Amino acid sequence: MRARRGLSHTHVGSLHAPDAELALHNARDLYTRRQEGVSIWVVPAGAITASSPDEKDAFFDPAADKVYRHPTFYEVPDGVAHL
Amino acid sequence: MTGPFDFALRLGDDALIAAQRLGEWATRAPEMEEDIALANIALDQLGAARLLLTYAGELEGAGRDEDALAYLRDDREFRNCLLVELPNGDFAVTMAKLFFLSAYQLPLYTALAGCADERLAAIGAKARKESAYHLDHASLWVRRLGDGTEESHRRMQAAVDQVWPYTHELFTGDPAAPVDQATLRADFDTVVSAVLDEATLTRPADGWAPAGGRDGVHTEQLSYLLAEMQVLHRAHPGAKW
Repeated sequence: MRARRGLSHTHVGSLHAPDAELALHNARDLYTRRQEGVSIWVVPAGAITASSPDEKDAFFDPAADKVYRHPTFYEVPDGVAHL
Repeated sequence: MTGPFDFALRLGDDALIAAQRLGEWATRAPEMEEDIALANIALDQLGAARLLLTYAGELEGAGRDEDALAYLRDDREFRNCLLVELPNGDFAVTMAKLFFLSAYQLPLYTALAGCADERLAAIGAKARKESAYHLDHASLWVRRLGDGTEESHRRMQAAVDQVWPYTHELFTGDPAAPVDQATLRADFDTVVSAVLDEATLTRPADGWAPAGGRDGVHTEQLSYLLAEMQVLHRAHPGAKW
């Protein structure tokens, strides 16, 4: 679901539907009752490949001690706006 | 035969009774997603009914508001078409009813949006978007069931056959009305034929054409519906949540 023009789509929920067309209808009825969005994408659950909780350590821990990947070592001159 | 009051009342009653019937599906639809879809459509119809009945009350000038018109009239005073008061039947019958109703309401509200009466034009402009979605939703199910399994095809065809005679009443000509409903028949026929073809369903032959709803002569089903819809207001006038 995209809440407004210019924002990215974010996941809002899952539902049952026999095909894409009805999935779109159902999503419209379930998730836009209170004007939550201006655009909907539906994706079949089978088309999603997700990372596994078992792989969490291997996937995400190695990034924990690599502070140099954050752009925190630059000196910002005084008076620079929009940084 | 009709002034603006009768016309607004007719449209408002169609929407009100359709809303009440669709509301009967709440918690009973084949799946949760459809349950919410039908409730949404029922609420759209109720929204249109409130606007139309409020306006009808103002046109009448006898001090009746939307509640007085909805809850304090008896069956002979209702002007809805017979189509909307028919029992829901199975899911196929409900979809056939919604399909025919929305294929009529969409060109009706579209024409209304361009009529000379500003209030009716504003209501038409709002309601036609909702009707377009109702038609889309109902068409989808008619196609799906018609072109589905042998059993779904059989039941969808039976539903279309059962409901079809009641569609003729929708297009009773009335040149004096803000929109002459007889002029909507061509749009209705185009949409209905296209969807039925795609659904591999046969359009029933025209023959028996029950009518009377516009004159207050209804099926016995309306009285039961009204009893349920009106009992609370009649027992506790002005009751609020």
